[in-house]
Amino acid sequence: MNKNNDLESVVIRLAGDSGDGIQLMGSQFAVSTALAGADFATFPDYPAEIRAPVGTTFGVSAYQINLGGGPITTAGDAPEVLVAFNPAALKVSLPMLDKGALLIVNTDTFTDRNLAKAGYDSDPLGDGTLNDYQVVAADISHLNLESVKEFGLSKSEGGRCKNFYALGMLLWMFDRELQPVEEWIRRRLAGQPTMRDANIKALHAGHAFGETAELSANLSQVKLPSADMAPGDYRGITGAEAMALGIAAAGELSDRAVLFCSYPITPASPLLHRLTHLAELGVGTFQAEDEIAAICAAIGASYGGMIGVTSSSGPGLALKAEAMGLAVSAELPLLIINWQRGGPSTGLPTKTEQSDLYQAVYGRNGDTPIPVLSASTSGECFEMAIEATRIALRHMTPVILLADGYLSNAAEPWRIPELSAFAAIATNPVPDSDDSPQRRAFTRDPASLGRAWVSPGMPGLMHRIGGLEKDIDSGHISYDPANHQRMTDLRAAKIDAVAAFIGDQKIEHGPDSGDLVVVGWGSTYGPIYQATRRTGVSHIHLRHLNPLPGNLGELLSRFDKVLVPEMNAGQLTALLRANLCVEPIPFSKVTGQPFLIRELVDKIEAVRREAS
Amino acid sequence: MNDKLTARDFATSQEVRWCPGCGDYAILKAVQKALADAGADPANTAFVSGIGCASRFPYYVETYGFHTIHGRAPAIATGLKLANPGLDVWVVTGDGDSLSIGGNHLMHALRRNVGLKMLLFNNEIYGLTKGQYSPTSRVGTTSPSSPKGSVDTPISPGQFAMGCGTHFFARGVDTDKVGMSDVLQQAHAFTGTAFIEIFQNCIVYNEDVFAGFTERKTAANTQLHVKHGEPMLFGENKGKGMRFNQDTWSLEVIDATEAPDEVLIHDEGNAIVARLLIDLNMPVAMGVIYRQPAISFEDTFYAHHPSRMQRTRRVRDFIKGPSSWKVTKD
Repeated sequence: MNKNNDLESVVIRLAGDSGDGIQLMGSQFAVSTALAGADFATFPDYPAEIRAPVGTTFGVSAYQINLGGGPITTAGDAPEVLVAFNPAALKVSLPMLDKGALLIVNTDTFTDRNLAKAGYDSDPLGDGTLNDYQVVAADISHLNLESVKEFGLSKSEGGRCKNFYALGMLLWMFDRELQPVEEWIRRRLAGQPTMRDANIKALHAGHAFGETAELSANLSQVKLPSADMAPGDYRGITGAEAMALGIAAAGELSDRAVLFCSYPITPASPLLHRLTHLAELGVGTFQAEDEIAAICAAIGASYGGMIGVTSSSGPGLALKAEAMGLAVSAELPLLIINWQRGGPSTGLPTKTEQSDLYQAVYGRNGDTPIPVLSASTSGECFEMAIEATRIALRHMTPVILLADGYLSNAAEPWRIPELSAFAAIATNPVPDSDDSPQRRAFTRDPASLGRAWVSPGMPGLMHRIGGLEKDIDSGHISYDPANHQRMTDLRAAKIDAVAAFIGDQKIEHGPDSGDLVVVGWGSTYGPIYQATRRTGVSHIHLRHLNPLPGNLGELLSRFDKVLVPEMNAGQLTALLRANLCVEPIPFSKVTGQPFLIRELVDKIEAVRREAS
Repeated sequence: MNDKLTARDFATSQEVRWCPGCGDYAILKAVQKALADAGADPANTAFVSGIGCASRFPYYVETYGFHTIHGRAPAIATGLKLANPGLDVWVVTGDGDSLSIGGNHLMHALRRNVGLKMLLFNNEIYGLTKGQYSPTSRVGTTSPSSPKGSVDTPISPGQFAMGCGTHFFARGVDTDKVGMSDVLQQAHAFTGTAFIEIFQNCIVYNEDVFAGFTERKTAANTQLHVKHGEPMLFGENKGKGMRFNQDTWSLEVIDATEAPDEVLIHDEGNAIVARLLIDLNMPVAMGVIYRQPAISFEDTFYAHHPSRMQRTRRVRDFIKGPSSWKVTKD
């Protein structure tokens, strides 16, 4: 923070109690950042409890944002600015900071009781703990209450404005406009005029506080460069928002309505919420009684001619497994989105992980292959939802699209695509023949092996489908041994047909051969991208995990070593070993937190040292 | 063209593979006849089933059919009905399929009032898995999994449905052509979930478990066929009737010739009487026991959907979100 004007990017972490409105404050700051033309990436990091006990370390809710001239692809390793609303927030966040970082501390909360709750024996503001940092001590709670005094609010109502007071300070600090946030408050609190005006007042008061001489000189205004981004229209977007738009776009591209059926589960629910706002795009949402009912209703919708979509997180995906097999057997299209979180069992509901890869690829009874895709960034959820639906409709199969808790909530600037750039999604026509409807319904396209999508209501095509094995040609129930072999082979061949359709894997950047390539999938894209750029090694990022792209084995064989960082105990490593006979070096991290760039840089350098 | 269809037109080419003498044959015939009588359009009709003997049903009906997975038929049928509310959707299930593994989905289909006709074939036993006791088996049922007799208290499908807020509950006996024809027609005409419990005889694993009230010779004295607005009469020459005992809050049998004015008139919209009828042991109540019409789930769903599931706007209208900005080359 010493050379403010030279900053390329800055990482800010807001931390407080889960009831302090930290996530709201963070997302509003992200919006104002976007409008100022900076690149950014965010990382909401919050506890599983809705309102954890006040003042505890496990109740700390945080929002980290990395902003600057870009390209910004992660939420940043070490925060350079920390806003700590209470001692617990300071306690939890301090180990992440590098020395010299700027701390804005809400001193009102540093009472003996709160210090004890956070596990401090003495007050860190006075005992030298913070000597290596720049500390701005501000009575934010008190100042905020003073600023909204005129509205006659209760202490708790007035206290709820303090996130906007602090946001005002930050907006001043980063030279951001107050206007968009103010407009947002006006919209959001339109029905509560007193709270609306109080929050706006607090926002302005915080901004003024930053500006006036009352504040320590440390808090001088930081001007960040605008990002060097490709021309076009941009918006800020989270994975859930991009996924919702992608699902609606898939409906538009295939000219089908979409029925989204799900059961609430963290961190998948934001997608359900987003989709309720896209009704006019021919999207319906059905909140089912459980995870199984959710996928079954989606299968029913697909059977009925709509695009059936279901979404969940790992534990919910486990419950859906039997129904996935039904969709495979009945050869019905279905989009299954899995927002992965820490496991096993209930695990870490609000923390991210990539540990459902085995479950997605293998987790069903019988030989039941399903195409598996994954999204790498929040914005990419849009095109992957389209891609997954395209495969589901073309090949008449369920498709699993893996995302994770990080992508669901993390926001980034997104260059708004033109839907006209995407090809229409075609479905297989019903064969025009004299065969029985049963046979016509199971006539498959020779290239995709997808059958015609025949739905109840279509005249003259009545037929029966189900989960019992059926004759490969007539579609009637068959227990014939040779037929089951043929059907099993057919289901495997369908995955091969998908491989032929998806095209070749590309290298993100770096030389196309050499001593080391880093292979990743999913939301590790950001840190791997940065770490490989900094070290000059090649980066391959997979969007197709089953089937793997046909050229991947050849691509990897050009490198001496393959390093696979992933937020699980080595699942892609095993998948690559099993399918491609390569021997990758695994690099696991399962802390519920994304990779830091420096962790990856260190590992890459260590691997290179071993090689030489 | 539909009025020309006969029951035979609703039969498929598939060989029916239930045990010889199974009550399912009679139900299949009754349903095929009911479809023909109702002038159902085969292309606009779908049968959805779960797993169990009863769930083979769709293979034998010349309409659309989906034999799904254990207990989940109501959920799949709900999705199908939402996708195409104009379809005539039937769910065929058994006591294990709908009340054990699928109890949750049955409950929610009923309380939502999804426009489904649900046929519960109750034989009080697991047939397809070879004779284990089911959730409707009476206490003490000896079976391969309960050699000393089952200990579970059975569930009453009717009381379960009433508890879930069903809007239609009816009963029939597999081999009773007249009674079955009537309840199937009534169910077909109902707009919400029409739930029918059919007493079905499993001749292999639970033969004659309902014989006490289904024997044709004695049926007149053991079955009470209720009709809305008509007195609750049964017995030879309709000589017996049901009276509401205001002291015990129960139904009791009286001599209808002696006190015809005291015989209760069936009001199918009365949930309290419906619950009493469901619990009657002798006679056993048949017919439409409860009917309380209400808007169906799919109608509410479409009415509340801003564009009735139509695409009235384009993705481009939404894709910019609440705020966007332009990056230009400079």
